[in-house]
Amino acid sequence: MATSFSPTNLTTTVSLHGSQESRISLPIRLSPPSSFLGSTISLSVNSPRKLNASRRSPIVGVQEIVKQKKPTNSLLITKEEGLVLYEDMILGRSFEDMCAQMYYRGKMFGFVHLYNGQEAVSTGFIKLLTKTDSVVSTYRDHVHALSKGVSARAVMSELFGKVTGCCRGQGGSMHMFSKEHNMLGGFAFIGEGIPVATGAAFTSKYKRDVLKQNCEDVTVAFFGDGTCNNGQFYECLNMAALYKLPIIFVVENNLWAIGMSHLRSTSDPEIWKKGPAFGMPGVHVDGMDVLKVREVAKEAVTRARRGEGPTLVECETYRFRGHSLADPDELRDAAEKAKYAARDPITALKKYLTENKLANEAELKSIEKKIDELVEEAVEFADASPQPGRSQLLENVFADPKGFGIGPDGKYRCEDPKFTEGTAQV
Amino acid sequence: MSAILQGAGAATSLSPFNSIDSNKLVPPSRSSLSVRSKRYIVAESNVIKSFGSGLITRRSKPLIANAVATKRENAASSTSSKPGHELLLFEALQEGLEEEMDRDPHVCVMGEDVGHYGGSYKVTKGLADKFGDLRVLDTPICENAFTGMGIGAAMTGLRPVIEGMNMGFLLLAFNQISNNCGMLHYTSGGQFTIPVVIRGPGGVGRQLGAEHSQRLESYFQSIPGIQMVACSTPYNAKGLMKAAIRSENPVILFEHVLLYNLKESIPDEEYICNLEEAEMVRPGEHITILTYSRMRYHVMQAAKTLVNKGYDPEVIDIRSLKPFDLYTIGNSVKKTHRVLIVEECMRTGGIGASLTAAINENFHDYLDAPVMCLSSQDVPTPYAGTLEEWTVVQPAQIVTAVEHLCQ
Repeated sequence: MATSFSPTNLTTTVSLHGSQESRISLPIRLSPPSSFLGSTISLSVNSPRKLNASRRSPIVGVQEIVKQKKPTNSLLITKEEGLVLYEDMILGRSFEDMCAQMYYRGKMFGFVHLYNGQEAVSTGFIKLLTKTDSVVSTYRDHVHALSKGVSARAVMSELFGKVTGCCRGQGGSMHMFSKEHNMLGGFAFIGEGIPVATGAAFTSKYKRDVLKQNCEDVTVAFFGDGTCNNGQFYECLNMAALYKLPIIFVVENNLWAIGMSHLRSTSDPEIWKKGPAFGMPGVHVDGMDVLKVREVAKEAVTRARRGEGPTLVECETYRFRGHSLADPDELRDAAEKAKYAARDPITALKKYLTENKLANEAELKSIEKKIDELVEEAVEFADASPQPGRSQLLENVFADPKGFGIGPDGKYRCEDPKFTEGTAQV
Repeated sequence: MSAILQGAGAATSLSPFNSIDSNKLVPPSRSSLSVRSKRYIVAESNVIKSFGSGLITRRSKPLIANAVATKRENAASSTSSKPGHELLLFEALQEGLEEEMDRDPHVCVMGEDVGHYGGSYKVTKGLADKFGDLRVLDTPICENAFTGMGIGAAMTGLRPVIEGMNMGFLLLAFNQISNNCGMLHYTSGGQFTIPVVIRGPGGVGRQLGAEHSQRLESYFQSIPGIQMVACSTPYNAKGLMKAAIRSENPVILFEHVLLYNLKESIPDEEYICNLEEAEMVRPGEHITILTYSRMRYHVMQAAKTLVNKGYDPEVIDIRSLKPFDLYTIGNSVKKTHRVLIVEECMRTGGIGASLTAAINENFHDYLDAPVMCLSSQDVPTPYAGTLEEWTVVQPAQIVTAVEHLCQ
């Protein structure tokens, strides 16, 4: 079943009142999950969950609004927008492929998690954000950083562990930070970034309500399906809805947490339903289709900017590679992989652009060539960059280094008469 | 009155001296340095080059009448000449917090019951009325998430003060404190600062039970990137609170449940205390006693007894638990050559253990006796009053230890 990009088939209706009409069927394995481990509810569409009547809130499912709003022309994007999206996704894909090559050549080490196949989610959301909006991600963060604007050179250098990396080589693959582009990381433990994202959204609200600045910044938090069983996720859903923070929680549901299938680990595998439980809209969208993701993202971001609070968006997506470059990826069914490979977001967007005469083959090819050169140049730059020196080891442990006991001459300060000169400037 | 001790002898000779009780001192030799029995090495040949002359003058020190430092000595760094105002420790914390919130609109407070309830120990009383519900945020009970929220807010420009209703509850936030608070400045290559203050009452209270009587200083001390301070008087509580808020580092401020009602007169004008500085509570000559938080008061109580017995202890409130103020401590050790650490932390891996290691490493040559550390027992604090009393260090034990060390 190829995805179609026509606007009428944009999204499925997801209402808050429990019943589900046409749902995209979950790509379940052919055998139902065992009754002991994993979901005990049947995954068929015919089990409506009626919400408590008193919970009926005026929040309408985001997709309902989107569905009603049929664009006057049948196209969702303009040519410029289309090319931007295409370029971003090609950049993500080429970069990750190059990472794999470099890893196997011994240029980078440790845990490297690649984003192949999920580009639609990153591009769909982040290309709608401004420079001052914040993005928080997980360990699968290379492409989020690239979409947000961090240069390929900086990310590649960081992966190589060089001084010119975005975090001076101190963070690595799982910690991509950029103050300039408001990329707030890169976190190695799952769920750890969600409270940080909540904090960034809190700052936006604080700036608007307390400091009376004109702040419309939103925060987008990306995380996976495995994270949705973690306490921090729920605690933050609660606080975000309670304080009406301008944040969008994006679940990149690629169905697998290393080797643990989402269905085996979650009692109710439909994550979007957890949004209404906390008083925010929960939306499910096809994460292999960048245009659908973009439409949902537009609505969610607008909601947040208007001050109406958070949204939970579940993107059904898939990673073409293993969990990390060390994962042999033997557990996933070949049929499942083939099914999703046929829904490759880049191929789909290319088809849309060419079919709707927004771009021709030559233009797309030239974009691909440009990106190839960019990525190659990034590798050369990273190769040529110096490794961090010894003196960098103890730098930046403390923002205010007087507190560390190491004096400016690099020696331990116990004999330094000026040691107790105060920290704070009075 | 034979209560005069002599410290390490001159560099060249071993002079005979009067000791207090029976003369247990043996002429030391270099080999007996390794024998740590009840007899302590008092003189070492040619170890200390320049201290010979200074020590002999101790022989005729008069008895010190005043064991407890007077208020003027206590507020040593205070430069006020007019009388200040008297208040309790929690009011001092509140005053510090309020002044900082007035001064910088980016300072905000987050925690459970800090807003409308005024704080479970009244530290944030009245602040929500003055600054509003967003600046003094009542959070739901989710320590991990609201600590993380504070850290995210700090990364993006605010200066939150995160209150744990009890320090023990911050165990639930350990993920955020260890992984994000301590690490993000380094991992981001210095791009983001986390100017957060995490504070709350801890320590052993009055029969509060095991979980509410935890001494968590040791759990946090290994986290790289975190600064820790412990306040003990209204003066330094306000000063440290203000310094912690102004610092760009993440600071954990340890308060003690039983010290909230201490009354003291503090200066009217604005002041801050250095975060890394230790406080000289009572200068002395015979032994250095290092302590912090509530144990300071046990030590001062023991000091009264000790002075009556003729000892002259130097009491230092280390205040800064990470990093240690090895400058003040070092100078003291060089003067007295004996160290006793009194703390409420657990014996295993506690602050005292770290401090012992640091002193041994840096000042080994200046020590006449092994560093002795009195910590509380490695038990979960029992509920029963008698058992709880025996868990922490009591003044009588301190007196015994000092007598032991100063033989």
